[in-house]
Amino acid sequence: MTEPIIKFDKVVKAFGSFVVLNKLDFEVKPGEKVTIIGPSGSGKSTVLRILMTLEPITDGVVYVDGQPLWHEKSGDGSLKPAGEPHLRKMREKMGMVFQQFNLFPHMTVRRNITEAPIQVLGIAKSEARDRANELLEMVGLTEHADKYPHQLSGGQQQRVGIARALAMRPKIMLFDEPTSALDPELVGEVLNVIRKLAEEHDLTMLLVTHEMNFARQISDRVCFFDQGRMLEEAPPEELFTNPKEQRTREFLKAVLEGN
Amino acid sequence: MDWTQYLNPLMQGALVTIELTIYSTILGAILSFAAGIGKTARNPVIKVIAATYIEIFRGTSLLVQLFWLYFALPVAGQAMGIDLRLPPVVAGVLALSLNIGAYGAEVVRGAIQAVSKDQYEAAKALNFTPRKTLWRIALPQAIPEMMPAFGNLAIQNLKDTALVSLISLSDLAFRAEQLRNFTQDSTTIYTMALFMYFGLALVLTAMMKLLERYVSRWRVGAR
Ligand SMILES: Nc1ncnc2c1ncn2[C@@H]1O[C@H](COP(=O)(O)OP(=O)(O)O)[C@@H](O)[C@H]1O
Ligand SMILES: [Mg+2]
Repeated sequence: MTEPIIKFDKVVKAFGSFVVLNKLDFEVKPGEKVTIIGPSGSGKSTVLRILMTLEPITDGVVYVDGQPLWHEKSGDGSLKPAGEPHLRKMREKMGMVFQQFNLFPHMTVRRNITEAPIQVLGIAKSEARDRANELLEMVGLTEHADKYPHQLSGGQQQRVGIARALAMRPKIMLFDEPTSALDPELVGEVLNVIRKLAEEHDLTMLLVTHEMNFARQISDRVCFFDQGRMLEEAPPEELFTNPKEQRTREFLKAVLEGN
Repeated sequence: MDWTQYLNPLMQGALVTIELTIYSTILGAILSFAAGIGKTARNPVIKVIAATYIEIFRGTSLLVQLFWLYFALPVAGQAMGIDLRLPPVVAGVLALSLNIGAYGAEVVRGAIQAVSKDQYEAAKALNFTPRKTLWRIALPQAIPEMMPAFGNLAIQNLKDTALVSLISLSDLAFRAEQLRNFTQDSTTIYTMALFMYFGLALVLTAMMKLLERYVSRWRVGAR
């Protein structure tokens, strides 16, 4: 059995008295492509945001790559809340693609991709440029390298978002509804890039999406979230054709009819 | 006396006014950024220092600040055995920039805090340090937002320079008053002074617009 690269151990996340994740147990193995589905407000984004260290946890422990994410070991071996240096080290392992792209509007496409490798990883400008050119080719945006984000379509912007995250060479890629903000005709181009990533790389991928067909094609496992709990998880064929839980059936029915 | 004879002395005054405006606008901008960024800092000491500076200089009149720097500070210095006498230009530029800096600081703080949370999250996800996030992500987006307010402050500053004539700096207002005393030709002199201030304001506005266009060049065609 391989060690999980992501592990939520009885993780609680509350905003004030409102409990979003209630003792969540959840694991992802290295290289695994996992899709999270579920109704709005069920805590899907929260799971990704906790991993990206954008949202601290209330209780429990999250492990990434065998190390606690939000804690570090103190002298006597017990866990204490992590300091910024630890969080910085852990963040290197992950990259995130946002629903609203969140590109830097004042930088060209190329600089969006090279800025963090140069400023954060400290790699040479020429090397960052080479890396960016490779990634731009991969996402099919070579000829748009010198444009600003506002000059691109949503689908193109999201492909830049993917390239920007990949430029940091993360082990784990987090996608939070990467196509939800896009016009329907632009969804395909973004999904194709993600599909290519899933097929050609040993990246661990954690994806939140409402694109059920896509989830079915690329996932090793699909998890259904409802009200801050993981109600059901199974390989896609099983979960989509033969869901065990009533709530899962209802959700899938609503989504498939809604589309 | 013919109006052209007023031109030379008034021009000399205008040069002093321009000089005062340029120095105090630049120094004021630096103070604006220092105090505005300081007010968003996580360090409570920096925050309190920035907030105190802003409140003091926004809450008191420029004239009193000017007199305090020019007349009161040397006396206070004498009591402590330090020579704190300032040349009028220095006192004038200091008072103007400290004043404009306090107003500008609020503009800077507001613009930094108006950068969307999404941008800060993207920066964090890419592991930018807080400092690099400020300088490379937040400020380049915030500065264009500051420009209209900065333009107004610069004009305000130009007009405020007239106050320094009260500590006998021979700026445009001072020269005008001098000529009027001498010739009693108030209408001509003050009409000329009016137009000269107005001309300077036009030039300053145009310069601020150019600067605004420069710092916002990445936004061309956006939205
Ligand atoms: N910063 C916050 N403050 C308060 N409540 C929040 C905050 N962020 C998320 N929530 C709540 O947590 C719940 C789960 O949110 P989220 O993880 O975004 O759900 P999903 O991505 O599945 O739609 C929602 O009910 C949402 O309103
Ligand atoms: Mg969400």
